[in-house]
Amino acid sequence: MQQHEAVELGEDKAAKFKSKVGLILFGVYSFIYAGFVFVNTWSPKIMETKIILGLNLAVFYGFFLIILAIVMGIVYNHYCTKMENKLNVDEEENKE
Amino acid sequence: MTYPVSFLAVLFFIIFVVMVLALSFYFARKTKTASGYFAAGGTIHWGVNGIAFAGDYLSAASFLGICGMIAFSGYDGFLYSIGYLAGWVVALFLIAEPMKRMGKFTFTDALDSKFNSKGIQLMAAISTLIVSICYLIPQMVGAGALVKPLLGLEHYVGVLIVGTIVIIIVSTAGMTSTTYVQFIKGGLLIIFSTILTVSLIINGLHKKPSDEYHDFVTLDAVFDGESYTPDSQDYKFAGTFKVKDSEFVKLEKDGIFTWWKVKGSDGEFKLEEALSSTIKPDEVVFYNGALASEGRFFQVGHISKLIMNGKEVEKTGSLDPFSFLSIIEESEIVRFAKTSVTDGDNEVTIWYQNPTSGKEIMRPGLKFKVDKGSTFWSKLNFISLMLALFLGTASLPHILIRYYTVPSQRDARKSTIVAICGIGFFYILTLYMGLGAMTHGVLDLSSSNMSAPLLAKYFGVGLFSIISAIAFATVLGTVSGLIVASSGAIAHDLMDRYMGIKMTEKQKVFAGKISALGIGMVAIILGILFKGMNVSFLVGWAFAVAASANLPAIIMLIFWKKTTAKGIASSIFVGIVAALSIILLSPDMFARYGFDKASSPISLSQPGIISIPLSFLTLVVVSLMTQKKKVKV
Repeated sequence: MQQHEAVELGEDKAAKFKSKVGLILFGVYSFIYAGFVFVNTWSPKIMETKIILGLNLAVFYGFFLIILAIVMGIVYNHYCTKMENKLNVDEEENKE
Repeated sequence: MTYPVSFLAVLFFIIFVVMVLALSFYFARKTKTASGYFAAGGTIHWGVNGIAFAGDYLSAASFLGICGMIAFSGYDGFLYSIGYLAGWVVALFLIAEPMKRMGKFTFTDALDSKFNSKGIQLMAAISTLIVSICYLIPQMVGAGALVKPLLGLEHYVGVLIVGTIVIIIVSTAGMTSTTYVQFIKGGLLIIFSTILTVSLIINGLHKKPSDEYHDFVTLDAVFDGESYTPDSQDYKFAGTFKVKDSEFVKLEKDGIFTWWKVKGSDGEFKLEEALSSTIKPDEVVFYNGALASEGRFFQVGHISKLIMNGKEVEKTGSLDPFSFLSIIEESEIVRFAKTSVTDGDNEVTIWYQNPTSGKEIMRPGLKFKVDKGSTFWSKLNFISLMLALFLGTASLPHILIRYYTVPSQRDARKSTIVAICGIGFFYILTLYMGLGAMTHGVLDLSSSNMSAPLLAKYFGVGLFSIISAIAFATVLGTVSGLIVASSGAIAHDLMDRYMGIKMTEKQKVFAGKISALGIGMVAIILGILFKGMNVSFLVGWAFAVAASANLPAIIMLIFWKKTTAKGIASSIFVGIVAALSIILLSPDMFARYGFDKASSPISLSQPGIISIPLSFLTLVVVSLMTQKKKVKV
């Protein structure tokens, strides 16, 4: 049950980097989500347009938003973990 | 509609309950500190926590409500899935790690981490309680509504069973037992929803869903200026009723009265069979002219034109996930529209056939007024709803407290990603399960919430029993999380922090358990009092209030250095008041009060688009007005 590789809660040198990347990814996702809401609201008929594999734009865009959230989450975690390992380990080594 | 009691469902449910109670008592011996009780000691593995997030979040509203909404209104129901999932992006990128870094047991801790402000402690605790109660009531009413058709027990018995089990789970080991209940339930829900969806796609689509499916009759009729005479001698005309632009006829056959929709004009009329429920003055309900026990209220939903590769076919055979959706879009499906008439002393609800093109079903507009008959306000309502769903998730107190159950910020982030994967995958399945229910002749028109369990029944009693048991477990998991959040708000935020009552660790745990017992009993009482009321809209309230009251405070605390304690407390207060005021004065609520919708003073039903910016603005203005003056040396 214990997570031994956890970053200690004391000081996280990667916090600024993670916050910046998080904000950028949030901005990108919000823009795409806003586009989805905009088309659904003002041009719902466009959502009938066939896109790929027989799926219309409505289903394609919806699935895309769900899958995009998963992919962005994994990418975000990859870079955050990399930066945490680099900065927080460097910090510990410097102390030694 | 009545359903035969499934003993297998009862057995599965009992097995689940015994399992979670055993876990609860096992962990109870280890729960001796406040940290252990409110935050599982911060020792939960991120993978377990991620699935527990899913178990916490995928409430009855998600599982039963969204599947039912898709089954009745097509793609518009799926918009809820997308909005609910998108909210997790806000949680991951903006909230997860700061909440873990700043908080201890509750989200009030995080908001108050820099200030130690009585105002924040009070307002955040009140906000937690309002949001949690709004969320609790539909869950408890749902428990009662589920138990009656599935187990044959009375509504209050269902509420008592769920309430008692949850009180035991929460008051034994608090967050630890709650986490494992949610983990097991979330895992089971995703696994068996996948099995149901795969069965559906392999089975393909059929014009006639099953051999038992009711054949709807259409009669030719002659109109003599006053009455309709059907071409069948078996039926006798018993009355005609006009509702707006539609006309309905009541016919009698063998002493049973049924309702028919009039179609056609210029002397050539057809009468199309409809379904009805009639409430007599003595409150006895007749379904299609007979008592419910006679089974004349048929399950419905079928494809009237099944188009595959440009040709009309009777069945498709096995499909792949994409062609399943594209064939539905090319086909025509019979949905059922609802209307009401007063027939003497009887109140009659009629469901009549409404063939709808797949194209309309697979795009927005059947539920939300964004297309035909839309107005500026109806479009704004839709935008406001999607905004509240997007911003509400990351501000729900029972979700936020799960960030304190893992050891580190990294684990908080990872568990959110696991949650996004599990919840996102499940929400894709909801589109298949909803459309499956719509086309497989399983819909109970009197209860959209039963769509997913009834679709499972199409594939056998075994799957139906498991899905039904999971539906109960769904309520248990979500209610447990809500009660932990509420007990934290009372015992930790109000008693310990706000009132400053000095307690030992043991006393804090005891206060938490007593609070859980109290909240659990309140939930039971409300669940019984609200019986029969459609209270699913309360979940919408919870999202709107959470997004308006909590999110601006959380975001600004993290990203704006000039945020002050008074700014946070004021924005929570304004967010709650603005969101609730708009909801209570909305056209939808006026209709519920029995007034004309048009007499409502505002045209919005979804408050987010006004109350969220207003709460942000309040925080900025009050914070700027209450900055500490820099002392010149």
